[in-house]
Amino acid sequence: MIRLLDIQKTYDNGTKALKGVSMRIDDGEFAFLVGPSGSGKSTIIKLITGEVQPSGGRIMVNGYNLGSIRPNQVPYMRRTLGVIFQDFRLIEKKTVWENLTFAMRAVGASPREVRKRIPYVLDLVGLARKGSRYPTQLSGGEQQRVAIARALVNNPQMIIADEPTGNLDPQRSLEIMLLLEKINELGTTMLVVTHEKELVNRFSKRVIAIENGRIISDETGGYYNNEETI
Amino acid sequence: MKKQFDLGYYLSEGFHSIFTHGLMSFAAVFMIVACLLIMGSFSLVALNLENKLGDLERDNEFLAFVDESYSREQALALQSQLEALPNVASVSFTTKEEAKANYADQFAGDKNAGLYADLPDEVFRDRYSVHMTDISRIQETMDGVSAVPGIVNLQAAPEVAQGFVMVRNVATGVALILIALLLLISLFIIYNTIKLGTFTRREEIAIMKMCGATNGFVRGPFIFEGMILGLAGAVCAFFLQWGIYTLIAQAISTGQTIQLLTIIPFQSIALRVLGIFSVTGLVVGTGGSVLAIRKFLQV
Repeated sequence: MIRLLDIQKTYDNGTKALKGVSMRIDDGEFAFLVGPSGSGKSTIIKLITGEVQPSGGRIMVNGYNLGSIRPNQVPYMRRTLGVIFQDFRLIEKKTVWENLTFAMRAVGASPREVRKRIPYVLDLVGLARKGSRYPTQLSGGEQQRVAIARALVNNPQMIIADEPTGNLDPQRSLEIMLLLEKINELGTTMLVVTHEKELVNRFSKRVIAIENGRIISDETGGYYNNEETI
Repeated sequence: MKKQFDLGYYLSEGFHSIFTHGLMSFAAVFMIVACLLIMGSFSLVALNLENKLGDLERDNEFLAFVDESYSREQALALQSQLEALPNVASVSFTTKEEAKANYADQFAGDKNAGLYADLPDEVFRDRYSVHMTDISRIQETMDGVSAVPGIVNLQAAPEVAQGFVMVRNVATGVALILIALLLLISLFIIYNTIKLGTFTRREEIAIMKMCGATNGFVRGPFIFEGMILGLAGAVCAFFLQWGIYTLIAQAISTGQTIQLLTIIPFQSIALRVLGIFSVTGLVVGTGGSVLAIRKFLQV
C-alpha cells in the first residue's frame, strides 16, 4: 500500500514540483497516474522509490515510513517495488536471462532460486524461448517485456511503470498494458504513469490526474481528459 | 533471499571489470609493483645495514689503555668501573705481555719476525677491550671510558660504525619519503581505475540500487577489484624483488671491493617480505576502491 499525505516537494533550484499531494493506493489496485509533462508525475515516482526526499508531508510505502526510514533500510523498501522505465534500461551486454539473474543476485537470491523463478517469469511475459537473446536482438515491445519480467522477478508487492509504452507503437503499447493488467490480476499492485490518453481511457481503471503539482481528479473507472499530447 | 555476501559474484565481477579496463588495470598494477619494489629495496638495504651494524656491535671493540704507572692490581680494579658505564656490554683485560705476544703473532710468518719478538714488554700497556651495546653511541661511550681515572688513551675507529649508521639512517629516511609518495600515487591510480569502472557501470549500479541491492553488495565487486589489483601487484613485486635481490647478493659475494657486506639470504626473509607486500597491496587497493565508490552509492 502507498500513502502520500500532504506531500510538498521543492527542488534545490526553487522549483515547486508538488504542492500538497495526498493519495492512497491499496494493495491489489491498478491505477494510472496521468498528467502533462512537468506536472509532478516523475517526482511522485522518485519519492515513492526513495530517490528524493519530500520537503513536507508523509509517505508510507508498503509498511515503510519514508520520512523516518534509516538509509540502510531503503534497499529493503525498494525490494517491495518493481520499477519499469520508458527506455527499458536493460544491460545490453547481458542476455535476457542474465538481465533477470542480475536483478535477482542484487537482492541476494541463490542460483537455485534464480533457476526456479526466471522460467516462470519469462513464461508469464511471453518470452519463454528468448532467454538466450541479447536485448539488441529483440523488438521494442519484447525489450519492454524483459523490463517487466525484471521488475517482477523479485516478486514485489507493487510495480511502478514510468511511461512504459512511451517508446512503443499503439499495438505493442496495448499488448504491454494487457500484460500489466494480467500481472495485476495475479495480485501485484500496479501504478502506471503515462500521458497516453487513448490507452488510459480504454482500460477503465482508476485514474489519478495531476497538474502543476496538485491532484486535480481521482476517479475509479475514470477518463483522462487532458488535451495535451506528447 | 537473505544471502548478501556473494563471494563468487564479487570475484567474477571484479575480474571482469579488471579486464574491461585492461590498460588502467595494468597501470595500477605497474604502479603498485614499482612502489613495492622501491619500498622493498630500500627496506632490504636498511635491513642488511642493520644486520651489519649488529655484527659490528658484536665484533667491534675499542681499546682502552691503562696508565703505565698503575700496578697490575690497580689496572684490574678498573674493570668494574668500566663495566658500570652506560652502553658498555662487556670488557676484557689484556696484559702488556699478552699484547706483545699477540702483536708478535701477527708477524709470525714475516722474514723480520725476530725483530718483533725481541721487543721489551714495556713498549706495550695493559689494556681493556670494550664492547658496546649500541654502536651508534660509540663517541659517547669513548668519552665515558676516557673519563675513568687510570685510562690514558683510546684506540678506536668510530668512523666505520658511524658511516654504517649514517647510510642506514639515510636509507631509512629516503625509503620512508619514497614509500609515502609512491603509496599516494598508487592510491590515486587505483582510485581512478575503480572510478572508471564505476562510471562505465553506472547504469548497472542504478539498476541494482533500484532492485534493492544494499550498498555493501554494490560496493563488493569494486572492493574486490581493488584487492585483486593490489594483491597482483604485491605478488609480481615479490618475485621481482626476489630476482633483483638475488642478483645483487651474487654480485656482492663475488665482488672484490664490497665483500665487507654480508647479505641476508632472501629465503630467510621471503615470508616477511611477501606478508608486508601483500598487506600493503591490499590496503592500497581497498583504500582506493572505497574512496572511488563512495559517491556512486548515493542513488
